[in-house]
Amino acid sequence: MFEEALCLFTKELTNPIVRMKKENGQMVMVPLFQSHENIVGEVIIEPTNGKKVEHNGVKIELLGQIELYFDRGNFYDFTSLVRELDVPGNLYERKTYPFEFSCVEMPYESYSGINVRLRYILKVTISRNYVNNIVEYMDFIVHNYSPAPLINNSIKMEVGIEECLHIEFEYGKSKYHLKDVIVGKIYFLLVRIKIKTMELEIRRRESTGSGTNTYVETETLSKFELMDGVPVRGESIPVRLFMSPYELTPTYHNINNKFSVKYFINLVLVDEEDRRYFKQQEITVYRLNEKS
Amino acid sequence: MMLDGTEDEDKFLAAGIAGLQQNSFYMHRALDSNNLRDALKYSAQMLSELRTSKLSPHKYYELYMRAFDQLRKLEMFFEEETRRGCSIIDLYELVQHAGNILPRLYLLCTVGSVYIKSKEAPAKDVLKDLVEMCRGIQHPVRGLFLRSYLSQVSRDKLPDIGSEYEGDADTVADAVEFVIQNFTEMNKLWVRMQHQGPAREKEKREKERSELRDLVGKNLHVLSQIEGVDLDMYKDVVLPRVLEQVVNCKDELAQFYLMDCIIQVFPDEYHLQTLDVLLGAYPQLQASELACFFPFVDIKTILSQLMERLSNYAASSAEVLPEFLQVEAFSKLSNAIGKSYFLIRMLLKRKVYFFTSFSCVFPMIQCLMLLSLCSWIVVIEAQPDMPTVGVVTLYSSLLTFTLHVHPDRLDYADQVLGACVKKLSGKGKIEDNRATKQIVALLSAPLEKYNDIMIALKLSNYPRIMEYLDIPTTKVMATVIIQSIMKNGTRISTSEKVEALFELLKGLIKDSDGIPNNELDEDDFKEEQNSVSRLIQMLYNDDPEEMFKIIDTVRKHILAGGPKRLPFTVPPLVFSSLKLVRQLQGQEENPFGDDASTTPKKIFQLLNQTIETLSGVLAPELALQLYLQCAEAANDCDLEPVAYEFFTQAYILYEEEISDSRAQITAIHLIIGTLQRMHVFGVENRDTLTHKATGYSAKLLKKPDQCRAVYACSHLFWVDDHDNMKDGERVLLCLKRALRIANAAQQMANAARGSTGSVMLFIEILNKYLYFFEKGNLQITVAAIQGLIELIMNEMQSDSTTPDPAADAFLASTMRYIEFQKQKGGTVGEKYEAIKVSHAG
Repeated sequence: MFEEALCLFTKELTNPIVRMKKENGQMVMVPLFQSHENIVGEVIIEPTNGKKVEHNGVKIELLGQIELYFDRGNFYDFTSLVRELDVPGNLYERKTYPFEFSCVEMPYESYSGINVRLRYILKVTISRNYVNNIVEYMDFIVHNYSPAPLINNSIKMEVGIEECLHIEFEYGKSKYHLKDVIVGKIYFLLVRIKIKTMELEIRRRESTGSGTNTYVETETLSKFELMDGVPVRGESIPVRLFMSPYELTPTYHNINNKFSVKYFINLVLVDEEDRRYFKQQEITVYRLNEKS
Repeated sequence: MMLDGTEDEDKFLAAGIAGLQQNSFYMHRALDSNNLRDALKYSAQMLSELRTSKLSPHKYYELYMRAFDQLRKLEMFFEEETRRGCSIIDLYELVQHAGNILPRLYLLCTVGSVYIKSKEAPAKDVLKDLVEMCRGIQHPVRGLFLRSYLSQVSRDKLPDIGSEYEGDADTVADAVEFVIQNFTEMNKLWVRMQHQGPAREKEKREKERSELRDLVGKNLHVLSQIEGVDLDMYKDVVLPRVLEQVVNCKDELAQFYLMDCIIQVFPDEYHLQTLDVLLGAYPQLQASELACFFPFVDIKTILSQLMERLSNYAASSAEVLPEFLQVEAFSKLSNAIGKSYFLIRMLLKRKVYFFTSFSCVFPMIQCLMLLSLCSWIVVIEAQPDMPTVGVVTLYSSLLTFTLHVHPDRLDYADQVLGACVKKLSGKGKIEDNRATKQIVALLSAPLEKYNDIMIALKLSNYPRIMEYLDIPTTKVMATVIIQSIMKNGTRISTSEKVEALFELLKGLIKDSDGIPNNELDEDDFKEEQNSVSRLIQMLYNDDPEEMFKIIDTVRKHILAGGPKRLPFTVPPLVFSSLKLVRQLQGQEENPFGDDASTTPKKIFQLLNQTIETLSGVLAPELALQLYLQCAEAANDCDLEPVAYEFFTQAYILYEEEISDSRAQITAIHLIIGTLQRMHVFGVENRDTLTHKATGYSAKLLKKPDQCRAVYACSHLFWVDDHDNMKDGERVLLCLKRALRIANAAQQMANAARGSTGSVMLFIEILNKYLYFFEKGNLQITVAAIQGLIELIMNEMQSDSTTPDPAADAFLASTMRYIEFQKQKGGTVGEKYEAIKVSHAG
């Protein structure tokens, strides 16, 4: 498509730039914001080849959208803010429009899952008569931080198959921040089956839609071997799993009634005939502001 | 099947090595380009090869060693990395991101080693974390190797006393704690191997386990190397913790090996000071409870080793002995064995065959014995079925121990022997081969310890045990005793001791009652008897009184020995008596009168009787020789009647017993030789004896023998130093007679064979002539000599004479002698000048 004008966003460099994966898999660097931040920048429009651009006005929008993949094309804008940048007229040369959205409420974090995407964009529209509007987008990312929870109980549980296997496991916490370490212990109270290995998995469950249209996708993000060989009764196996290598997000509860993301740690025991015995525990993942 | 198995295994090993090498290649590339991320990735992949379950421990070790070498390089890289500014704490976290546990833990140990070196965290914290994290490997072989890797890399980084890692927070206690924990976990894994896998592969597994045992034992070695482990710490922490693990693991192989390890790696004095703890553990071992059902268990060996070490320790220097007494080793032992003692009694009540378990506690019983013999004997006697070999083995060990620890308490040793006798009584001679061997060992123990038979002789029960030996063994034992005496040059110097000793040596000295030993090997017998005769030489006392008693005692014993032994035993006895005689002869006449003291006369009487026994047992030649020896001794003592008596005896023997002509020749020459030296006889006696001797000479069978004997007799009438015994006439008579006989011999030869014999006899007689001529016998004239020379010359030129080079040579040298004497000049030369030698031809 022939572009009659080039839009550029500039932005003050106070915010960090992070990597984001685009739909086509390319990695791009985009700025990172959190809720209630001022989003300040400039739009530079430069007509190509010095040609005049006639327009019915220039505006910039800040949009927060939830996109459900099975519902292609339908965006739910949960946030939409508009700033008029120019009244109708003609553009002859490069022109810079500063803009500012102050104290923007961005309650949800950017998220890109299997069936759902939550994105924030800045959208510049040069409206024109008779011909297509010139539209330019820019993604940015929102992360919201939460404080460390006041109550963070350990997870402790005894499970087993009667007369076959009894184990007790204990994880130090039930709420973890993204760079946290899962520390725990597995006690073997009774072992009558020949266990070959034991693993700890971190699983993500993404549920989208509601009612009958609920789609649930579960991903295993980590397979972390905890034990090798057959334990005997009375053994205790230490658990120490660093979460930082995995691409985790915080737990999301019912975001705009559209989707939820939950995390589980799943203890899996595999016997010599490759039968798997497992017990899954939900954990809450939160984003801790490392700077504070 | 088996072959395929090993072939497959080789294949797996080769594949493993290939994978390992490939990844280590990439790892090296990453190391060279300082690419930490890739280094971690490829090292983890490399270590993944160790996750295999397909290799036997032996092959797995090969793989492990290769990985080990690579990890050393990685460790160096980590060290450089920290120097370049990479935080060691980050590194410690980073390696834990690996998804597979085995590579993760190997890397963690490697980084941990660097972490300790960096001293950014207390060594004990890192060590604790490492040893704790390693729990994740529950597979026995992989776990053992991982933990052995941990032990290897941490060895030089323990917060030991004096080590650079010792600090406020890090003490030697932490080091010990770490090693013990690692040891405990390793042992658990090791024991667990036994119980995994199918039952039919039990043997294979045991083999594999014993291949791995050193990995476990090494921890104990590390413990023993920690400087900070002093006696107190050993006593309070190390030993109880280690023993707890040993006892609790309930595995025989492990218990056997580990107990052995403990005994071997820690110093003796520690063992001594912790004897009660150590011994207290034994009854708790799997083996002792099961021993009655599984006799293969050999706890005995371990315990013997402990006792042996303690014995040696006690023997090593006298200074440590007070230590033994100070710690009341024995009372502690007895307390500690309370349990095992009950165990034994319990088993006894159940009438279980419990020999093995019994022998496993015997060292404890040894000690108990030292304190309360009675209760101990009860234990043994309550078990009537215990095989003799067991009993004897027990006592033998017991005795060795007692001797080492209480060398000054002979009564203890005697008690042991006494108890043994008691136990053996009523069993008759012991036939069991192993048992007799043990008895020999038992009886040899005191000899070896003291190197002195005298000590053994003091043990009243010693000979009583020997009674239980069968005949061959008795002999063996007797030989052992004699050898001990010979080796140490022990002198047995009282008759009581001799009495006791001969009691022990009965087997060699007399025939056993009622049992003929026809099948005895002649050489062996000689060997034995020779050793007895050597022994007799060793019985000696400077005091003649005592010596006489000894001789009397010996005599009593050897006379009981029977005809076969006497020829061996009598001569040494005779000679040691003669030695005594000579000793007495040197002294002045006993001032205390004759009655009580020993006189040569008394000895000679004894000797006479002794030798008489020989003549009765078909050894007349020997008897004759001994008589002559005695006669000579009597001569020296100026005891004419005694000497005469001996000669008489000798003559009687000659006449009655010696019939073989060859023996007669020897005997007559002996008689002549001895008689020649006798100076004690009066004229009458001497005449009688010389007359007889000459008579015997003339009656020899062969003429040449006659001739030689007769000319030898000439010396009887010419004793150089005694002027009253120079009878030139009779000398000449003898020589003439000899000449006559020689002539007769020549003629006989001529008649019988057609040629005359050698002129040897003539030349010999010529030499006699020359001898007496030189000595100044006036009856020997120049003319006679010259006549004789001519005679010889004629004979030699005669056609019928058989040429004899020896005779020619003899004559020639005789002639040379004459020439030589002539040239010497002086009185002798003048004398010889008269002899004219005409050279024939």
